[in-house]
Amino acid sequence: MTAQLALSQLLNGLQLGVLLFLLAAGLTLVFGIMSFVNLAHGSLYMLGAYFGAATFAKTDSFTLAILAATVGAGLVGLLLDRFALTKLYTRDHLDQVLATFGLILFFNELIRMIWGPGSIFMQVPDALSQTVDIFGFTYPSYRFAIIGAGLAVALGLYLLIQKTRVGMLIRAGATHPHMVASLGVNIKWLNTLVFALGAALAGLAGVMSGPIMSVQPGMGEPVLILTLVVIIIGGLGSIRGAFYAALIVGVVDTLGRAFMPTIMRGIFERNTADAAGPALASMLIYLFMALVLALKPQGLFPATAGATR
Amino acid sequence: MKLLPTAIDWRAPRTIVAIVVIATFALLPVLVGDEGGFYVKFATRVLIYALAAIGLNFILGFGGMVSFGHAMYVMLGAYCVAIPAQHEITSGWAHIAIALAMTTVIAAGAGAVALRTTGIAFIMITLAFAQMLFFGAVSLKEYGGDDGLTLATRSNFALFDISSNAGLYYFAFVCVLVALYLSWRAVLSPFGLILRGSKANTRRALALGHPVFRYQLVAYVLSALACAVAGVLLANLTQFASPAYGAWTLSGELIVIVILGGLGTVFGPLVGAVLLLALEEVLPTLVEATLPDYKSNWMLLLGLFIFFIALALKRGVFGSLRGGKQ
Amino acid sequence: MTALVTENLVKRFGGVQATDNVSLTVEDGQLHAIIGPNGAGKSTLIGQIAGEIAPDSGHVALLGKDVTTLSVFARANLGLARTYQITQLAKEFTALDNVLMATNARASHNFSFWKNAHDDSDAVSHSLAALAKVGLLDAKNRTVAELAHGEQRQLEIAMALATGPKVLLLDEPLAGMSQGESAAMIALLKSLKGRYPILLVEHDMDAVFSLADRISVLVYGRIIASGTPEEIRNNVEVRAAYLGEEATA
Repeated sequence: MTAQLALSQLLNGLQLGVLLFLLAAGLTLVFGIMSFVNLAHGSLYMLGAYFGAATFAKTDSFTLAILAATVGAGLVGLLLDRFALTKLYTRDHLDQVLATFGLILFFNELIRMIWGPGSIFMQVPDALSQTVDIFGFTYPSYRFAIIGAGLAVALGLYLLIQKTRVGMLIRAGATHPHMVASLGVNIKWLNTLVFALGAALAGLAGVMSGPIMSVQPGMGEPVLILTLVVIIIGGLGSIRGAFYAALIVGVVDTLGRAFMPTIMRGIFERNTADAAGPALASMLIYLFMALVLALKPQGLFPATAGATR
Repeated sequence: MKLLPTAIDWRAPRTIVAIVVIATFALLPVLVGDEGGFYVKFATRVLIYALAAIGLNFILGFGGMVSFGHAMYVMLGAYCVAIPAQHEITSGWAHIAIALAMTTVIAAGAGAVALRTTGIAFIMITLAFAQMLFFGAVSLKEYGGDDGLTLATRSNFALFDISSNAGLYYFAFVCVLVALYLSWRAVLSPFGLILRGSKANTRRALALGHPVFRYQLVAYVLSALACAVAGVLLANLTQFASPAYGAWTLSGELIVIVILGGLGTVFGPLVGAVLLLALEEVLPTLVEATLPDYKSNWMLLLGLFIFFIALALKRGVFGSLRGGKQ
Repeated sequence: MTALVTENLVKRFGGVQATDNVSLTVEDGQLHAIIGPNGAGKSTLIGQIAGEIAPDSGHVALLGKDVTTLSVFARANLGLARTYQITQLAKEFTALDNVLMATNARASHNFSFWKNAHDDSDAVSHSLAALAKVGLLDAKNRTVAELAHGEQRQLEIAMALATGPKVLLLDEPLAGMSQGESAAMIALLKSLKGRYPILLVEHDMDAVFSLADRISVLVYGRIIASGTPEEIRNNVEVRAAYLGEEATA
């Protein structure tokens, strides 16, 4: 019983972890290459969820929903990059934070205008609505699918970045942006590509989490903040760091919420434990982040020695 | 001892605007004549936001530390009123003392970790710490959790009676004046010189022998203290404390206020608070008048407004005015 | 007492040996110059002495005290003052405020919040004296952006002097200067010589040979020769590895 619970919570943590990775990958790459901090990344996640939910409701096809979310969010990302954000890339981080903070308010309200202030419902696709049995233990197949899809995307990204020419440029851009520019590579084009790719991944994360989390205005912010924690822990600009940190954060957060109150009860008396348990659980990843930073200010897998100095 | 830290150019636009703004605030309850009414409460709110923004500006404008989590100290201050009040401690001075003590401890800890990083990581970490405290407050079930805590009565400041709205207003006004004066002095002091110098060139400041980290940490704690006092006042104004006071959107609004007023000007935060809060009142009315169907969606325009401020308003409204000889 | 000692300093960046077992001393009152072609590892060496770069192994001693593990500001507080090859100044500050910031570093910390920094007449006169020493007194109220390149370099020296240094570390003070500016700077360096122990890194050979008491030649991170200007001038290895290159270039 407890072992099963632990296993299913572990899988829940893994599932949260891969979703966080999809968000963190784009954010950390954009930071690495453009030194740009995009708080509106969570809005792209939200847009993906809405595009997907709307398409799914209309067409009943989850494949189309995924396509709509990914391509839609990617397109919005492309437009943002080309028309709204270009001027900000050379500005200091303060301006970037402020501008993208404005964009969050804008997108939240835009969604509220179009789809209303309440949350909209998105069903688990029929094909994945069952549970899977392993070792006499059942787990929803949809959540398995998320884990699978997330890991597949991670593998794809790894291949893209390690094995292709574009990937080589991305890697070089993250460590030596000026050098890439001076090699005659059209860095603008590379920026746009990375930004749109990141946006598409955020959209994908949005649509995949649609059936298990509530699709509502402002849904991007809590996720965004978790994602920021992930990329700090992983090391800014490091996609490998983002991957490991996302899994760690997903698992630590989920297990903490599930078991911290019980653990606390074993140590403190019941009243104290009941009061402090949930509080400590929700603060766990932030404490973890503080610990990582205290030991390694550059994160676990720093991308470059000087990037965040 | 000189009363003013530096000579003043009385004919500079900045001086004139500052005097007009302060005089208007001083006379406001008399001018609007609605003792305890809407305008006095609104102006109190402006002063409270200004106080928090003065705190933030001290590190953001003069120290170059972009904290995206200062709302957490506002929330902390508010809870330092509401929780003691629940345990029947109603003395306002006690509330302030608790708020200052708690904030010093928490800000010293959070600041020490956050200041190990710079730039973008610092922004994100301050945001994350604020979220941490936010969720901490949400999980305080004994103290209302998500719903927050209501205050039966306002704090009791023996000498200052803040039970009336005008009383609270003038108390907040005095707090803002004190904060403006102190930050003005501090910015021009040797401490302020080193803080500003470290912002301009950290490497040089270190090479000269300045322990930059210590200066920044002290500045960070001081700025948090101003926000905590703002939180004490906010709890008294609304007679309420809730995790929402620590929401990251409030941290964002504080940054907007600082930029809107003029980054790195002592008086800018007050001007910025007036402008932003006025805009947040005017926009809904404006939208209702022109597009009644979209009355509730005025935040869309606010978002765009903030976006364009970031793009276009380099020096802020007050910052664009000509100052004295400096 | 020996002002500054490095002992078997080693620093690698990846496969590159940027500092290869460098040992050198600056005696009290001595001007010790380091010369070497571009990429010889001069900046890395300076960085390790100032504390901005941690060596892989070896030691740095300042006034007889091992400072290898001390931070940049702690070394500065012990009396090590430096200038940078690329000027490091507070750009929006006036010349006076830059020096005032340095003057305020004389005490290891200054948590004074009340009094205007400009009202501290002792600090201001000390700062003005430092500006006067480098010939920038008239420029005291100009911001760094309004100063010519040569003046900015002089300001760097004024700041180093204002901290009340015991050892000076000067990183290419003549870099990028016009001929007139160079002459003024060389005169300034001459006036400092003998009053402070100085480690000077410089490209300008004429300046180095006219100023230095001792010269060390750094090539590929290694000191290939060290001696009086006369000895260095006549050193075969140096001529081959370095001066020869210069001559043919």
